[in-house]
Amino acid sequence: MKKQNLILAFESSCDETSVAVVADGHQILSNVIATQINSHKRFGGVVPEVASRHHIEQITICIESALEEANVTYDDLDAVAVTYGPGLVGALLVGVNAAKVVAYAHHLPLIPVNHMAGHIYAARFVKPFEFPLMALLVSGGHTELVYMQADGQFEIIGETRDDAAGEAYDKIGRVLGVSYPAGKEIDQMAHAGIDTFNFPRAMIDEDNFDFSFSGLKSAFINTVHHADQIGATLDKNDLAASFQASVVDVLVSKTHRVLEQYPVKQLVLAGGVAANQGLRERLQKDLPTAFPNTELLLAPLKLCGDNGAMIGAAGYVQYQHHQFGDASLNADPSLEFDWMPGMVK
Amino acid sequence: MKLLAIDTSNRPLSVAVLADQQILATTTTNVGRNHSSTLLPIVERAMTQSGLEPTDLDRIVVAAGPGSYTGLRIGVTTAKTLAFTLNKELVGISSLAALAANVVTEGQLVAPLFDARRDNAFAGLYRIQNQRPVAVIEDQHVSVAKWAAKLATYNEPIVLIGTDVQKYVEPLRAALGDRLIRARPQLDLPQAGVLGLLGQTATPVANLHAFVPNYLRLTQAEHDWQAKHPEKDHAPYVEKI
Ligand SMILES: Nc1ncnc2c1ncn2[C@@H]1O[C@H](COP(=O)(O)OP(=O)(O)OP(=O)(O)O)[C@@H](O)[C@H]1O
Ligand SMILES: [Mg+2]
Repeated sequence: MKKQNLILAFESSCDETSVAVVADGHQILSNVIATQINSHKRFGGVVPEVASRHHIEQITICIESALEEANVTYDDLDAVAVTYGPGLVGALLVGVNAAKVVAYAHHLPLIPVNHMAGHIYAARFVKPFEFPLMALLVSGGHTELVYMQADGQFEIIGETRDDAAGEAYDKIGRVLGVSYPAGKEIDQMAHAGIDTFNFPRAMIDEDNFDFSFSGLKSAFINTVHHADQIGATLDKNDLAASFQASVVDVLVSKTHRVLEQYPVKQLVLAGGVAANQGLRERLQKDLPTAFPNTELLLAPLKLCGDNGAMIGAAGYVQYQHHQFGDASLNADPSLEFDWMPGMVK
Repeated sequence: MKLLAIDTSNRPLSVAVLADQQILATTTTNVGRNHSSTLLPIVERAMTQSGLEPTDLDRIVVAAGPGSYTGLRIGVTTAKTLAFTLNKELVGISSLAALAANVVTEGQLVAPLFDARRDNAFAGLYRIQNQRPVAVIEDQHVSVAKWAAKLATYNEPIVLIGTDVQKYVEPLRAALGDRLIRARPQLDLPQAGVLGLLGQTATPVANLHAFVPNYLRLTQAEHDWQAKHPEKDHAPYVEKI
């Protein structure tokens, strides 16, 4: 049997400290995730300095557990991968410096990974990618359509012009009294309600692949405030259902528009918001009839949020191409994919 | 004992490799705050120059704070992870004590100081005894005015040390008068060789996982939250999922 390539992968871009061991880029041997959600709930959102402090408390514990759970030693490893951006700089620095040291101490190559590439490669744990591929990347900080001609090649085709989808969920969550991060709970509420408010579907008919969610957010907040002023009570589940219906309509119709112009073998849904049941169900229902030649790959629920395993999967592609970093690797908080040539930004 | 010492607490960066009492290689820079990019290459070079492999080390010594939060985390993450991953000893030394140790006059009072902005400082008072700085007033985050008043109660000369002293030299001189002795510029930079010598005889940390920088300050968010929720505590704040 051919020896497997094992990557120790680090993720610390936001409020999860995670270290994973991934074999050949598609098999998870361990994926230790220490989440700080309970801490940041106190503040209604992630406080960067608090996040950075938690990461340094957790980092060696996560390395130890990841190796133990995978039942491997440093000698078994072939490389170290790490998220170096985008994200919170102070948070990224902990993972980056820890990963660099492990690579140095054990003479292992270091692989700098883009966090958003990591989100896309969470879907690689479902099955191998086939190209060309389109990814609908929806998370706390990003809403993008990303075209991939081959492994490791990412071109942005469209993106949000204001709020990210996850950010919109978290902001209206505050208005509904749902604690941070609100996405999951609003998703559940939406399933118990009906779309009665007919919130706007921003940019849905525009001939481009961009998104906008701030208008929806404002419409939502105005509706709730107006009701408060006249002393009316609105059904929270219906509000959630109406909000979610707008988000899903816009995401799905823009995805259809892009698939018409760019026929691809697979559509990947990834990022924190890819955990959304409404969005998953809608794509599963619509895609087979609308685009029978495009296969839908949903990132596994457990791998939608930030985790080290996805960084190991993306890092493995770079490992095969010998795309290594050196001891001077720094965090790059505003790291971005390139735009596809010819796309108007 | 082979030892690596690291100080990235503030703008200066200092790295040294020691074999027992001997400093084999040391580098100190005072050119910027890009420590995340520069620290490990400097460590690698110092190790290579010393003819050592990472596994040859017995102990890692780090300046553990106070100082710039980001700077501290770069140094402490590097030192902590290196000690953990190679199963070596880890020692944390006060960043202020390490700076005070540049002064070698027995019996001398030394007051190292780092700027903490808005007329505040991280500061401590030390006395050099048996060639080591011994704390007289513990490290603290304090307004410069209060600190000047505290120092003024000591009726003997005090060496003020650190590149940030210049910024507050007026109020300090107003309080101390002739008793203020400004350290020579070459003493104002922390030297990892000095840090390493201090760390050689210190007790290593017992619980490596729990080792974090000594920030000396809560974050603003924590501070405000605790003020509003004196009784409540919904720890654990971090959970494995
Ligand atoms: N079921 C769900 N429905 C909608 N949103 C969800 C759901 N589950 C999680 N989210 C949202 O996903 C976001 C977190 O995703 P993720 O961890 O990928 O974001 P991030 O890492 O903070 O941002 P980025 O990846 O863009 O840097 C939060 O905004 C959260 O509310
Ligand atoms: Mg993310």
